[in-house]
Formats: sequence, structure tokens, C-alpha cells
Amino acid sequence: MTTAPHTEQARGRVAAVGPTPAAAPDDVIRTSGLTKRFQGGQLAVDGLDLTVPRGSVFGFLGPNGSGKTTTIRMLMGLIAPSSGVATVLGAPMPQSVGAVLPRVGALIEGPALYGFLSGRDNLARFDAADPTSDPRTRARRVTEALDRVGLTAAAGKKARAYSLGMKQRLGLASALLQPRELLVLDEPTNGLDPQGMREIRALVREVAAEGTTVFLSSHLLDEIEQVCTHAAVMSKGRLVVQGTVAELAGRAQGRLVVRTPDVAAARDVLVQHRVTDLRTDEARLDGLATAVDEESLPRLCAALVSAGVRVHGFGVERGTLEDAFVALTGEGFDVAG
Amino acid sequence: MSQAEVSPAEVSRTEVSRTEASAAVGAGPRRQTAAGFAALFRSELWLTFRRTRTIALLGILAVLPVLIGVVVRIETGDSSNGGGPAFIAQVSQNGLFLVFTALALALPIFLPMTVGVVAGDSIAGEAATGTLRYLLVAPAGRTRLLAAKFTAGLVFCLAATMAVVVAAVATGAALFPLGEVTLLSGDTIGLGAAVVRAVLVAGVVALSLSGLVAIGLFISTLTGSGIAAMATTVGLVITVQILDTFPQLHAIQPFLFTHQWLSFGDLLRQPMHWDNVLQNLGLQALYVAVFGSAAWARFTSRDITA
Repeated sequence: MTTAPHTEQARGRVAAVGPTPAAAPDDVIRTSGLTKRFQGGQLAVDGLDLTVPRGSVFGFLGPNGSGKTTTIRMLMGLIAPSSGVATVLGAPMPQSVGAVLPRVGALIEGPALYGFLSGRDNLARFDAADPTSDPRTRARRVTEALDRVGLTAAAGKKARAYSLGMKQRLGLASALLQPRELLVLDEPTNGLDPQGMREIRALVREVAAEGTTVFLSSHLLDEIEQVCTHAAVMSKGRLVVQGTVAELAGRAQGRLVVRTPDVAAARDVLVQHRVTDLRTDEARLDGLATAVDEESLPRLCAALVSAGVRVHGFGVERGTLEDAFVALTGEGFDVAG
Repeated sequence: MSQAEVSPAEVSRTEVSRTEASAAVGAGPRRQTAAGFAALFRSELWLTFRRTRTIALLGILAVLPVLIGVVVRIETGDSSNGGGPAFIAQVSQNGLFLVFTALALALPIFLPMTVGVVAGDSIAGEAATGTLRYLLVAPAGRTRLLAAKFTAGLVFCLAATMAVVVAAVATGAALFPLGEVTLLSGDTIGLGAAVVRAVLVAGVVALSLSGLVAIGLFISTLTGSGIAAMATTVGLVITVQILDTFPQLHAIQPFLFTHQWLSFGDLLRQPMHWDNVLQNLGLQALYVAVFGSAAWARFTSRDITA
């Protein structure tokens, strides 16, 4: 993963510059048995045990309706859990909202703005809501936040005239009005074009490099793979798995696929080359490609050919988080009923 | 971005930059300050009066005294026959009485309607647009947000009353003679003393609406639709005033928040009769206490799913 060095770098900087990094608890978010049952009896989140380490870019993954947003709302003290405990930055939520949330920036379920105010005035309004923010530095911080998300040119425009992408950026800007320890981003690239998505991902990496832990929910698997160091997968209100992205993707390792009518002969060659977990079909066989790298791959192909195997197709199909998800849940990545 | 890269030398230069630099890498929490705490109250006032809707409501209230003044001016001959709204007979003698006529006309319908719109929309409107969740994660604090909304509601009551008063004074001075004022008790006071009474009356009228602000705020915490909350609040004002006219209900009428609204006329006597005015203000305080507590209990325990 390309993002791993960022995290290491971030940790290093925290240790070097921060006054008391050792005193801070290592987990930014920790929940145990977190459960939310809504009044209608619907179980939205069911016994969630989630651990988000400090300095990580944590991907919170699951189909629409799997309980991600409800979890985030509980973490942010907007709704009270039916049972279980949620701890954010070492303090229980929602009891410690006043002490914890000034250190947290959040984008929850899309941006929400005052349409009759300019982008700049919207940020000033949200900043005024935080009693720990200094009114004397407000104008400067608002300008910096606008600049950071690339909205300087549109700062004076009424928010109702913004496109969805611009609204999303303004929402991000309000999360970045202060230096934050934790950034919670719920589907931050929703409604953005590919260029906008790339910019948001770059911003997430930049913020993470400064030492901010990022908790990013998404239903886009490749988004998580691209920016996250850690991930958790939700399905129907339950946590399916959590760990580093490398671990999770590793669960769905790439498989070597050979298409040939000579299955038996091919099988012998593959076994000699230490390809394990072989599965054979009528004109196809595949196996775990752990021992196969880019150099040995052509040799393996040559070996098959020289053994008289008529190779119709040959290649490695890469494992993805999606494979891992399907393997873990035994279902597709669709909207949960 | 830049703060994380401040060199150690720069960091130690001032205390402010040190705090910011350490916060940038996620260390110390910031302290709440008095100015920071008050910022939401200022922001709330600014937001209320930035809305086109608010300005339009104040404009409607300001047109009312002008209309009355013009009508009285045109129909001067007939207005002394004792019919029509309170104090209207005195208007043609003294323009200042237009203030009291306009307030007496605006208080039952127009003033509570505008207050109902502002108070009813206060929380529900933020919930409907989703801005409520961002205020709460800022974190505004639920009690602080409610207090800021209530304060802005009270200030709007004063602004709405003043819109009527100022427009009435201007219209009255333009269309009718000013001078010594003959009170309802028959005594005469100078113009200066009469203006003081007018200011006093305006204050009492504004405070008469405080109970309604609390009711509107409470209704606003019950729903996620600003329109529904506004309509309910305004509907309630009308219903209560209808109930106030049924003789069969005289036992409960003293407890209706609209019952003593027109008691401000007692301040236009010599000496001033304070009994009903104080009863009115006491009743408003009771409504603020009851519905303010209800709004607080509801809002601080509610799940914010909007």
C-alpha cells in the first residue's frame, strides 16, 4: 500500500513534536458491544467492537444501510447507544461531547449548508458554534480552510449556488477549521467527479501526514484500498472483520489461472512449482499464487508449454478487498435489506 | 498544513503559536473562552436578521401602522364615533396614539404570527436542512444552542415591536399633530413623558411575546420540519385566542398566554395600573419556565437523525 509510509511518517512526527504523545491513549476510537435499536425495533448496529489506532487512515466499509452512518452518529454523540460503550479520544460518548468534539472534524452524511449565506459565512457560522474556537483568529482560519479545499474563488458566492462537489468541499473545509486529532469523513467523495475524488484523496493523505487520524466511511472498495492503512467491514449492523488493509486484501490472495484442455498435465507442473490450493475444472485450473512473482511467472508458463500443455489462457487474477468481502460475507456488495 | 511544520524556534516565540502548533499534531485540547461561548449568541442574532424572511416580516409589521394612519386620516370625520379598534379615536388628535392603536391591532395576530415563524423554525429549520448536526458536532452544546435560539427569539420580539412603533411614530408625526397627550384617564402629560410611556409600552408588548417564543421553541424540538413547527405555533396562537372568547371557559382564561396581552393600555392612565401588566408578565415567565424546560428536556435527550 502506498499510504503506509505516510502513517509511519505521521507517527514519527507526533513523537517528535507533540508534548505528551505517550500519555495519550493509543486508540482514537474504541467501542465495545455498541448497539443501536431504533424505536421501531430496527436493529441498526449490533454489538460493534471497533478499534481505530492513532495515526491510521481507517476505512469503514459496508454497503448502504449496513449501519455505518448510525455508528458514526453514535461516535459523534448525535444519537445515544441502546447499549454498549463508545470511547472517542479516550472519553465516553455522548457524555464527553463538549471536551472531545472540538478536537474532531466531521463530515456526516453529506454536507449541509445555509443556502442564503456565502461559503465564507457558512464556515464562520460553524466556527462560532465551537466555544473553544477563538473569534479573533476566525477570519484567518476560515480563509485558510477555504484555500485548502480550493474554494477561495467561490468563497463569496451564496452556498445555494454551489454544485454538490463544491458543497462537499465546503463541508470538508468546516471539518478543517481547526487542527484536529481525528477527522471523521462519511462518504466524502459522494457526488464528486473523478478529478474531485482524486483531490479529496490527496487531501486525506495530506491531513493524515500531519498526524491526524482519519476515519473514512465508504461503500467504494477501491477508495478504501487507495487511501487507507486499516479497514473494518460492516454488514447488516455487524462488524465482519477489521485489520490492516494489507491483511484484509491478503485474505483474498491473487490466484493463478490456467486455461487448458490438458488439466492433469498442467496440474503436475503447477505442483512442481509449489502452487498450492489447486482447484480444477473441466478446462481450467487455478491455485494460490503465493510463490509466484513477476520473474517466475514467464518461466512457469514456459514450463507448462514445454511439458506439452496446450495453454489457452494464463495469468494471475489479483485479490481485492471486494473478493475479501465476498469471501467473508458470502454475499455481493449490494444495498442491505 | 503550515502549522505542523513550524520550527521549534518559531514555536517558542509566543504562547499562542505554541498552543496552535501542538494542537496541529493532535495534542492539547483548547480551552473554552467567554468570547468563544458568546460567539454562538452573536452568530444566531446575525443569522436571524440576515434572512430575507425576517426582513420581510419586519417590513409587513412596519406597513401596518402606515395603513392605519392613512385610513384614519382619510376618514377623520367618522373616527370619533367610538367604533373601531382601541385608541383609534385619539389618533387624529395626537399622532403618538397611532403607536398604541397599531400595537393593539398587531398584538393579537400579526406580531404572534411573525414570532411563531421565527421561534417555530428555530430548531426544526436547522434539523430540516441538516445544519443542526454540524452545529452539534462543532460542538455547539445542546443547552447553549437552545439558549442562543431563545435569546434570538426574544430579540426578534423586540425588533418586531420596534418595527411597529417606529413606523407608527413616523406615520403619526407625518399625518397628525403631536403635542400634549390626553391619557385614557383624562389627565394630560407632556410629549416627552408620553414618549417614555410609549417606550415602556413597547417593552411590555415585546415581553408579552416571550411565552410564545418558549412555546415555539418547544414545538420546534418536536419535529424535523420547519414549516410544520411554524404552522403549529401560529395555529396554537389562534386557537388560544378563540378559547379566550368563550364565556364558558372563564375559569381557565386567566392562564391563557394571550389573556392579558392588551393590558398594556393600563399604562396609559394616570397613575399607571400595574396589576394586570404584572400578572401578564408573571404569566409569560411561567410559560417560559414550563415550555423552556420542556424544550430543554426534549432537545437534550433526543436522537439527532436528520
